[in-house]
Amino acid sequence: MLKVEIWRGTEEGRYETYEVPSQPSQTVLDLVTFVQRKLDPSLAYRFACRVGVCGSCAMTVNDTPRWTCRTHVQKVVERGRVRIAPLRNLPIVKDLATDMVPFFDKGQEAKGRFIPSDAAATSVAEISPEDPKRKEADAAIECIGCAVCYAACDVVSWRPEYLGPAALNRAWTLVSDARDSDRIGHLQAVADDAGCHACHGHQNCVEHCPVGINPTRSISGLKRLVLMAAVRGRL
Amino acid sequence: MRNHPSYRAFLVHRLSGIALALFLPAHLIVLGLALETAMLDGFLDWAAQPAVKAAETILVILLALHLFGGLRLLAIELLPWSDRQKDWIGWAAAAALAVGAGFVVRSFA
Ligand code: SF4
Ligand code: SF4
Ligand code: FES
Repeated sequence: MLKVEIWRGTEEGRYETYEVPSQPSQTVLDLVTFVQRKLDPSLAYRFACRVGVCGSCAMTVNDTPRWTCRTHVQKVVERGRVRIAPLRNLPIVKDLATDMVPFFDKGQEAKGRFIPSDAAATSVAEISPEDPKRKEADAAIECIGCAVCYAACDVVSWRPEYLGPAALNRAWTLVSDARDSDRIGHLQAVADDAGCHACHGHQNCVEHCPVGINPTRSISGLKRLVLMAAVRGRL
Repeated sequence: MRNHPSYRAFLVHRLSGIALALFLPAHLIVLGLALETAMLDGFLDWAAQPAVKAAETILVILLALHLFGGLRLLAIELLPWSDRQKDWIGWAAAAALAVGAGFVVRSFA
């Protein structure tokens, strides 16, 4: 039997302890699902794909943000106990479900969307996968929007207006995309105090991103481009 | 969550910066007072006390840690990304300790 402590409530709340039978290859999401289906149907949590694609199941597991559907209990259990809380740095809706709106809003504030050129494309843009800029974008593009990095980032907790690793990483994929037509607009969106320069480079984001993205690398790239654009008077 | 080298490097840089901000003015005031009140020979005697030397050694190590940590950050932010940047933490720490050791050897030998 495992002792599973789960946060119940909103910002105000407490940990409740549940006993869940241990199984081989059990994931943390399996624990939560067991509690919700067998012990307390009022438990709120979020998941969809169960295979590490959708990014909706992230929670704080023994004080570390993780994707729960791909985290084996075996890897995190400490003396028969697992403590599960909602993600840090986000408002709590109920129990393990956080309100992701501020996180996604910051993606928009960072202008994290592709800006096509005005003219309708007449041909397919030819981009070599070997192009160095394309490689930079490719290294950063597989973000599943899970907010694990956002929860791990201390600067987000110190300065709630900070755009955070995922939004800045997304902006980097766009300035590295030869087809995007508003490079300066993207840089402007990340150049202010709450943008890339607020990052302290301590790399909690890199350590925790479940899909191996390196937001610090992307943010350093943005810092260089913003600096160069500022020096050339283009910001 | 914070148990990894990059976070420790960040902490060392931040804490050495704070310590320097507190320590340096005190150091300069004490130095100024010592120079004012004592003649140079007296000052040199004063500066030769082990406690003063120890304090100076700490100051030098803090300065070196902050300097090399800062160079590492500049390299991360201004140079193209290198996956060897993790090793730079070790190099920066080693360089700071080498400077500290050099200072100890010079001032106590
Ligand atoms: S490196 Fe920057 S974005 Fe990543 S956790 Fe640290 S401050 Fe946040
Ligand atoms: S960068 Fe990684 S940790 Fe952050 S939201 Fe994307 S996939 Fe999740
Ligand atoms: S449920 Fe989709 S990533 Fe975990």
